[in-house]
Amino acid sequence: MQTEMKAFLRRHGLLAGFGLFLISVALSADAFLTPGNIFDVLRQVSITGVMAVGVTFVVITGRLDLSVGSLLTLLTVIVVDQHNTSGPAMAILITLAAGIGVGMFNGVLVGLVGLNALIVTLAMLSFLQGLVLFYSGGSNVNVQNAQTTWFAVFGRHDLFGVPVPALIFLVTAVIAAFVLNRTIFGRQVFAVGGNETASRFSGIASRWTVFWAYALSGLTTAIAAVIMGSRVMGAQNTIGQGYELTVLAGVILGGTSLLGGSGSIWRTVLGITMLGFIQNGLLLLGFPYYVQWLVTWAVIILAVWIDLGAKRGRILA
Amino acid sequence: MSATNSITKAGGHSSVTRLLMRNHIWVFLALTIVVFSTASPYFLTINNLGNVLTQAAFIGILAIGMTLVMIDGEIDLSVGAILALASALAIGLQDHIGIWPAVFVGFLSGAALGFLNGTLVALSGMHSFIVTLGGLIGIRGLVFIYTGEDALMVGDFSYTEYPEIYLGPISLTAMIFIALALFFQWILSSTRHGRETYAIGDNIDAAHDAGINIKRHKIINFTLCGALAAIAGILLSMRLGTAEPNAGKVWELWTIIAVVLGGTRLQGGYGSMWMTIGGVLTLAVLRNGLRLLNTPNYVELMVMGTVLVLALLIDKLLSRQEA
Repeated sequence: MQTEMKAFLRRHGLLAGFGLFLISVALSADAFLTPGNIFDVLRQVSITGVMAVGVTFVVITGRLDLSVGSLLTLLTVIVVDQHNTSGPAMAILITLAAGIGVGMFNGVLVGLVGLNALIVTLAMLSFLQGLVLFYSGGSNVNVQNAQTTWFAVFGRHDLFGVPVPALIFLVTAVIAAFVLNRTIFGRQVFAVGGNETASRFSGIASRWTVFWAYALSGLTTAIAAVIMGSRVMGAQNTIGQGYELTVLAGVILGGTSLLGGSGSIWRTVLGITMLGFIQNGLLLLGFPYYVQWLVTWAVIILAVWIDLGAKRGRILA
Repeated sequence: MSATNSITKAGGHSSVTRLLMRNHIWVFLALTIVVFSTASPYFLTINNLGNVLTQAAFIGILAIGMTLVMIDGEIDLSVGAILALASALAIGLQDHIGIWPAVFVGFLSGAALGFLNGTLVALSGMHSFIVTLGGLIGIRGLVFIYTGEDALMVGDFSYTEYPEIYLGPISLTAMIFIALALFFQWILSSTRHGRETYAIGDNIDAAHDAGINIKRHKIINFTLCGALAAIAGILLSMRLGTAEPNAGKVWELWTIIAVVLGGTRLQGGYGSMWMTIGGVLTLAVLRNGLRLLNTPNYVELMVMGTVLVLALLIDKLLSRQEA
């Protein structure tokens, strides 16, 4: 009985803790577990969520992508600016292409050339921020016909009563989970992250696997930028600043190991959604917004430590 | 015969070439100084070089701590937030407990948070990237809880005059940076703690088998890193006379860039304060030179990114040649 309990907590401890949190906040704030509020939270987490889905691939290969925050800024500026000059459809196409392009560039440097992922994507963070200022000339951009454009669908509208961005998040996650678990590429991602040398000896072109993982990360960031642009109907030059950290926090909270080789899309979705509900719950309880950062710190440390301790069989290293 | 050949080939570089290859950042720094000197008449003046040194000091002091942690094979993302907290405490507590006690509390907060980071890494076995990423987010929360979103101002402006001591063109802040770098280079190269830090970063299992107390050294280095970040924060608060809750944001990234630019490896076991000083100065010279040339802000950001990738490429090529 006790071992069953332990096994359950090991597998679903995160979920159980999250459930406790939801119940305790719901007891003290009536507005918390209402459909309206839940949908608001889902709408909020959809941007970081979609990004985190792509970043999960990169992390499972044992790499990092710190450039997604700056990339989100750049792509949001691009999608809004192009919306005004080339129209919504063209703007979305250009944004997706640009996102995949930057992702591939990361992929060339990290995957094909074999440079350190942390530093390359850090350099890209700086470079892309510069590119944003170059592209926008330092000024904010706004969608000119915000009230009439069908571009509003992605960030502002509901479908069957569910916010469209939440649906985009869901669909992205389902497709990504399929790719990760049911395709050869997905297997290769796990293999490269688990043991790169072994994967190479078994005939996997590990460099290209890493390359495509970064391309995916660029693609999901582009999708997130479309949602962001549509929701805000404009873009400041710092709109995505710090998003790379929230995204990573969500991926880590979901239990994807930074060493690579393990992780899942569903756990990332759970991690990101949890962060969203924690943030929302604390605000509803009347705390200032920065208290959530303190709680996030504690939650990350506890969740990862417990996860690690459970795998190891004892709490201390 | 071929073996002898390859040996002579590897040893074929003169010791000077090898020294330059190992310290390529200083070659690059010399080049940037030459380029900016010819491009701008204001660059190679005693005054400006003194300024560069002062501007470099803040990231520089952070980078000293980061180097210690990185040689151990770890990373500390929380230094920017610790800097902000120390500077907020040093200014905010002054009116209540006096200037020097407030400064001391600020310093202690950094050391304590560094100790917490190190202890969490050592006890849990979590990757320091995760532990300090949490710290980066959470400590910034602490700063905001303390300051309540508003910048704190000093009541007594004599506080801002403490670092206004100059030795020729060199400010006290710059002197503190250089002194700390020299001191920690001595620690690294001449003490047991220093040698064992390298050993841990180079091969943690071998270090463990050799009887080195890995946890203790890691905790010490994280504590030093936090304490150094606090010193940088206190010096910043003296320079500005205010403590802004967002101070030091993304400085951890600039710090990592400076250290890696210097040649210290993220994988651990390799690096020195000399390299870090070189990296810090190169970064500062690039920023200063580009600003003197009136280049827009975006050029600076793009140049930094490009230089960093180039540094990685050069490092990869050189280490392949040495091997």
